[in-house]
Amino acid sequence: MSAVSGGTTESGVSRAEYCAVACADVFRGDGEVMASAFGSAPALGARLARLTFAPDLVLTDGDAALVDGAPPLGADPSTLVLESHMPYRKVFEVVWSGRRNLIMMASQIDRTGNQNISAIGDWARPKAQLIGVRGAPGNTVNHSTSYWVPNHTTRSFVEQVDVVSGVGYARAAGAGPAATRFHEIRRVVSNLGVFDFDTPDRVMRLASVHPGVMVDEIVRSTGFELVVPSDVPDTRLPTPRELELIRTVLDPRGLRDREVRT
Amino acid sequence: MADKRLTLDELIGELSSGMTIGVGGWGSRRKPMAAIRAILRSDLTDLTVVSYGGPDVGLLCAAGKVAKVVFGFVTLDSIPTDPHFRVARQTGAVESMEIDEGMFYLGLLAASQRLPFLPTRAGLGSDVLRINPELRTVTSPYDDAEELVAMPALRLDAALVHVNRADANGSGQILGPDPFFDDLFLGAAERRFVTTERIIATDQFASEGALQTMCISRLLTDGVVETPGGAHFTACVPDYQRDEAFQKEYAAAAGDGDSWSAFAERFLQVDETGYRAAVDRATTDRAPKGDRP
Repeated sequence: MSAVSGGTTESGVSRAEYCAVACADVFRGDGEVMASAFGSAPALGARLARLTFAPDLVLTDGDAALVDGAPPLGADPSTLVLESHMPYRKVFEVVWSGRRNLIMMASQIDRTGNQNISAIGDWARPKAQLIGVRGAPGNTVNHSTSYWVPNHTTRSFVEQVDVVSGVGYARAAGAGPAATRFHEIRRVVSNLGVFDFDTPDRVMRLASVHPGVMVDEIVRSTGFELVVPSDVPDTRLPTPRELELIRTVLDPRGLRDREVRT
Repeated sequence: MADKRLTLDELIGELSSGMTIGVGGWGSRRKPMAAIRAILRSDLTDLTVVSYGGPDVGLLCAAGKVAKVVFGFVTLDSIPTDPHFRVARQTGAVESMEIDEGMFYLGLLAASQRLPFLPTRAGLGSDVLRINPELRTVTSPYDDAEELVAMPALRLDAALVHVNRADANGSGQILGPDPFFDDLFLGAAERRFVTTERIIATDQFASEGALQTMCISRLLTDGVVETPGGAHFTACVPDYQRDEAFQKEYAAAAGDGDSWSAFAERFLQVDETGYRAAVDRATTDRAPKGDRP
């Protein structure tokens, strides 16, 4: 692990760039599925995957269409090449068919992979009303779902979320085969590291540490007992080609650095 | 053929307190805002609002019109949450039924098809079932025997949707990229009302857009009201984009009582003509001085 604390490591790769390739890897191996990605790092990751190891991935324009190729972040909509109509009603058909891979954000996430975007506190009279459960309940029991948390703290990584919006492993198992059949929480990417549920009892495990971050810092920033293997690898370096794509093609304006401090 | 044209006042006359009202559009997009503003000016109260929620929900909550909100989200799109809805929830001012947005779609579809429910995986394992104890599951009668959520029909007393063009007989045309679920809101409702940017002759639809943009049939409508700018400040593409500057002012004004009173006096305690004039003045005031005519 690098001793440099903060954004840019001695390799010259920024924290946001590690996050982007970690998000890209979420889309590895799925073939022709619709990628939906919320947040700058996930949006970069999906595009990066599409331009490199996942050429069949299907990207959306963020409105009501599927786009050809991989447009840069913040591209002028009039410059996009559209390949198919994808209004919300058809999005649900895709969700329920399972031909989708999603990275959502999470205001809270817990040890078994439950996510909350509904409300903080008691649902009946919340301390803070958030956006609402949106499609999280349906997404998580229909297709692979991952999460992006750009601000990893004990307030976002909590023992138990206040309102289960996205369904984690224990809750899916409790709901029976109809809930587990297509359920997969693949990964959680935060500004500090990458996490998965590759443990016997399906609880969150530290999968890799972004270079420049100490394992201790992750443990201290997590509000539950994280599974930490004895030897935690670093999050992989972007390839030279990936770095070039990020910096010159997909995000020349550096939107990624506004989401994750460097 | 029936002439279904109404005025906004006549539309309000068709509604009554205590009704369950579905509002078309999605977030801060193609909301029937002129009709919402007319409800704000009326003495209607105690409404259950069923909505892919945007500022329609926030404004109705701020005016104390709402008993209950049925929603999967309430968002202003470019601003993540609606400040008035947040306050209404956090003070316990409104009851809620919060469900997955796909369950919402199936609830409208079931009501449109006169079915009691439709089965879905959405909701299984989530707190949607905990916070809505009235929701039931159903076991597949086939060999898989899967236990699924039985999403109940979301039956509406009335539906309000806003479209780009309509004719006097109540056929509607949506020219933007997403018709959302407007036809299902209408299909789920007893009384069905369409507001539109412009009422045109039926034979003009084809010159406005392709056949598939003519997606609201008159089978689904009881009344049509011409309300130019009737979705403002939400987006109504291709006629106009969201008025982001105005939406920012709306959200900022919600922050404290005095600024909200001033906002309401300026924009809401006036009729639709007064509203449009006030919006035009606000737009001019906001423009850099050199740009003024």
